[in-house]
Amino acid sequence: MRGFIPIVVVVAVLASVPLVIHSNVTLNFLVVALMIALAGQGWNILGGYAGQYSFGHAAFFGTGAYVTAILQVRYGVNAWIGFGAGIVCGAALGGVIGALTFRSGLRGSYFALVTLAFAEVLRIIASVAPITGAGVGTLVHLDLGARAFQFQSRAVFYWIILALVALSLVVARLIKQSRFGAWLIAVRENEDAAKALGVDTSSVKTTAMIISGAMTAAAGCFYAQYFLFVDSGIAYGTWISIEALLTPIIGGVGTVFGPLLGALAVRLLGEGAKLVTGDVPGLDLILYGAVLVLVIWFTPRGLIGGCAQVRGWFARRGRPAVPFINEAGHG
Amino acid sequence: MADRMADPLLVVDRVTRRFGGLLAVNSASLSAQKERITALIGPNGAGKTTLFSMISGFLKPSAGDICYAGEVITGEPPHRLARRGIARTFQIVQPFGGLTVLENILVGAHLHHRGRAEALATAEEVCRYVGLHDQLDRQADTLTVAGRKRLELARALAIEPKLLLLDEVLAGLNPSEIRDIVPVIRGLCGRGITIVMIEHVMQAVMSLAEHVFVLAEGKVIAEGAPAQVAADPVVIEAYLGHGAAAKLRALHAH
Repeated sequence: MRGFIPIVVVVAVLASVPLVIHSNVTLNFLVVALMIALAGQGWNILGGYAGQYSFGHAAFFGTGAYVTAILQVRYGVNAWIGFGAGIVCGAALGGVIGALTFRSGLRGSYFALVTLAFAEVLRIIASVAPITGAGVGTLVHLDLGARAFQFQSRAVFYWIILALVALSLVVARLIKQSRFGAWLIAVRENEDAAKALGVDTSSVKTTAMIISGAMTAAAGCFYAQYFLFVDSGIAYGTWISIEALLTPIIGGVGTVFGPLLGALAVRLLGEGAKLVTGDVPGLDLILYGAVLVLVIWFTPRGLIGGCAQVRGWFARRGRPAVPFINEAGHG
Repeated sequence: MADRMADPLLVVDRVTRRFGGLLAVNSASLSAQKERITALIGPNGAGKTTLFSMISGFLKPSAGDICYAGEVITGEPPHRLARRGIARTFQIVQPFGGLTVLENILVGAHLHHRGRAEALATAEEVCRYVGLHDQLDRQADTLTVAGRKRLELARALAIEPKLLLLDEVLAGLNPSEIRDIVPVIRGLCGRGITIVMIEHVMQAVMSLAEHVFVLAEGKVIAEGAPAQVAADPVVIEAYLGHGAAAKLRALHAH
């Protein structure tokens, strides 16, 4: 139970933000950051825990967004049910892609390329298929009210996405301390050794992809309700594939809080870069990219790993440098 | 031979494995008695590890059958065989490098224990048994060669196997490290574990194994008690080359 206390504290602090800050700009910033954190947590379950780096998590995000929007607009389904259906479809897509790729033994860069291909194929289909609105996209009709999952107040959206993020943190934590989690990490570290210890590696990876797909799809469902508009470039675009993998990598791959920390940091950096560079177009992206390179350079294990590193330096200071003397003596 | 067939846990029956044009294992047969140590020796490239990989399910035989506990298990995937009680170690150690010693062993212990607490208890017991209990929190990458070999053994033991396939667990250890680990391996038979070991350290094979199979160029060329096999001219020639046995005899005659 003790492992959940940090989650409770972090979520409680974040939940109180709208009570203090009323600025719509700030709340909007946080809502988007939390949505990215949720998508990133999905990537983290598969990429961070199981070591399967996907370059195509847009496939799940987009599926969640489109299913939520299309069910409402074309079939008159209630938004909440559409939201749930979007998550289920994301999980199912995870199962299908997982079964296809893992059963055929794809690993490493091959797996990454195939996931990228899935996302791209879906993007192209969505940009021409009539049901998605093709190039025009799908606009969810404005219908303010809790029943239609549309709210005037940003704060309500904020609390909803925060609840989803909290749930994803709990799931990540539960996985970490379970047998399933131990097996996922074993697969990441060494697949052959895991097999020898009785781990059914392809089914473990496929299960991870189902959970991963559901989480990232949930972020997509939320996107559809928050912005009330989906098109192929947004839903299945590479931007979300990149955000989903960048946030856990910056925050700390394979850690429970990595995606949340990473999402806040990456989004802050993006906005900060725009403020600093002012009107020159594109300059903010150069600054953004340069800072990301430096972060990954200096803290390859992400911000959380970097904190541990710094704590390690301080802990070691003051101890006599015996090992150096020994090494010199032998060398 | 008749008494050897008394109660085998593992029977490998004329198993063959081809890699393209290369015949790595050629109709090899062997058996392992329950709760005994059987050794598999042979020169480099004889096909010992290939044979192990087939028994543990990592490779499918091109022909032949493997029986374990009275059932044919030929071609079953490794994770299912592990569940049946077949554990293996790897000749080139395969630790989960980024994890601690305890976490490494925990993965194995989880096979039969879903809950974290029971799995931890099993893992710690195994650690004590193989003598890694003072390094539980050490990252596997930072262990010495001897430590990694012990970890390899501990992880295999954590799945609570009935049949343990040890692929050169003594290779790369110095004589005093070998002296430390030999009793650990011998003790496993008393715990109801059947062991088949590939080993080049002959001194250890002599002291541990009851029965030895000699593999050369994919074929079983000799079998029997360790001393008997070591004196077999066919075995000596397989290791030292054609005519070596005669030369050795001549040398001893002088």
